[in-house]
Amino acid sequence: MGGLPMTLATTFQLSPQDWQAIVLTIELASLTTLCLLILATPLAWWLSQTTSRWRPAVSALATLPLVLPPTVLGFYLLVLLGPQGWIGQITQALGLGVLSFSFTGLLLGSIVFSLPFAVQPIQHAFEAMGKRPLEVAATLRARPIDAFFTVALPLARPGLLTAAVLTFAHTVGEFGVVLMIGGNIPGQTQVVSTQIYAHVEAMDYAQAHTLAAGMVGFSFVVLVALSLLKKRQDRVLP
Amino acid sequence: MRRLHRLRAWAFKCVSALALAGLWPALAAAANTAPVQVAVAANFAAPAKRIAQAFERHSGHKVLLSFGATGSLYAQISNGAPFAVFLAADQQTPAQLEREGLAVSGTRLTYATGRLVLWSKKRGGLDGQVLRSGRFDKLALANPRLAPYGAAALQTLRSLGLAETVAPKVVEGSNIAQVYQFVASGNADLGFVALSQVLSDGQIREGSAWMVPAHLHDPIRQDAVLLKTGAGHAGAQAFLAYLHGPAAQAVIRAAGYER
Repeated sequence: MGGLPMTLATTFQLSPQDWQAIVLTIELASLTTLCLLILATPLAWWLSQTTSRWRPAVSALATLPLVLPPTVLGFYLLVLLGPQGWIGQITQALGLGVLSFSFTGLLLGSIVFSLPFAVQPIQHAFEAMGKRPLEVAATLRARPIDAFFTVALPLARPGLLTAAVLTFAHTVGEFGVVLMIGGNIPGQTQVVSTQIYAHVEAMDYAQAHTLAAGMVGFSFVVLVALSLLKKRQDRVLP
Repeated sequence: MRRLHRLRAWAFKCVSALALAGLWPALAAAANTAPVQVAVAANFAAPAKRIAQAFERHSGHKVLLSFGATGSLYAQISNGAPFAVFLAADQQTPAQLEREGLAVSGTRLTYATGRLVLWSKKRGGLDGQVLRSGRFDKLALANPRLAPYGAAALQTLRSLGLAETVAPKVVEGSNIAQVYQFVASGNADLGFVALSQVLSDGQIREGSAWMVPAHLHDPIRQDAVLLKTGAGHAGAQAFLAYLHGPAAQAVIRAAGYER
């Protein structure tokens, strides 16, 4: 812990463990955002272009984490990641061990949990673009893969940005899943939301306030940024 | 025609006044027989249900049970939750409520003492040696800061001189119900839970358990207290008296607690 965080820590009366939780939360949210942008973009593209009869089912699956309570996701992840669960069997066979109570397990949970928040804005951006730009690209003899990277992706950039901001914020706000598969290990699975919960449960309201107020401030800033982003995007794409 | 109208209005007034007068005793009676709202620490859920049922048959008072972590229930009570009686999982929380004037002083009493066990889903003789041997992958315990059983588990590990050795293998649940989940789902090999969680009909329900010797940790005393909201409520006082009586105590012992 360097000089700056220490002075900040004394200013806001955050314990080293709280700081560790903040750093870990940012790490988790950043990695989740990165992984989801990579995974959700092709999925959103497929959903926006396909006429397959599987589309409604796949679309529903990708939206499911939005409507399911985190306890359902947490419970099934706990069962699936465990040594008897099929994900647990696979990770053990691959020599990765059991992923519950680990940062990797948490990352996996966060990816599932935030999937709709990444897929939907990107999919909407692709759909809003229409067929025209790609048809034009095709007449200019761009191969579909070129057209995707040089036409579709740049046009969907506002959607990608929205997806990134939403995923990051949603992961920071994740609680139920972490509580159920995390195991509250400092530096591994102890994040800000579970730390707030622990402070409240332990009747340590002063510490809970500091972190909780930080959370409110952060979420507010994110939402303001999002609406500014939208404004700019409206100007760029009338 | 107009006279008739007036007459009708007068009759209506009379009937309403009579109806209100008739209802009044019923309303007053309802306030007196309002159900006893009891906040119960989650670890005591099963015996509390049985005791509440028996009490309802015995006294005619209705009981409404709400379960939660002691810390959460404390937060609810200090923010105006309408509970009349609080069965906590520790002694500190009822004492604090009393200090803050939210509980009636002099009504605090220990209703149960918890037994800590080390539990595994594997069959066969489990004892304290397994902790020393290190032949396990994850050891689950409740967060010692939040849960009395977690604090007792940590004390036990310290008494055995193993707190540092096993620390890298420790995973924490927010309460003992979660510790039970971790072990039951196979994600942790071992877990410190309450005897009451793994006992049914006087037998360990599944797997094997080591009864942690009582001298390895401070007793897990659970106190009940009458809250300010329940001060004038006959049913609430009757429920507390029943809780400390022989019938309820038999249920509590059978559930894996001591007096």
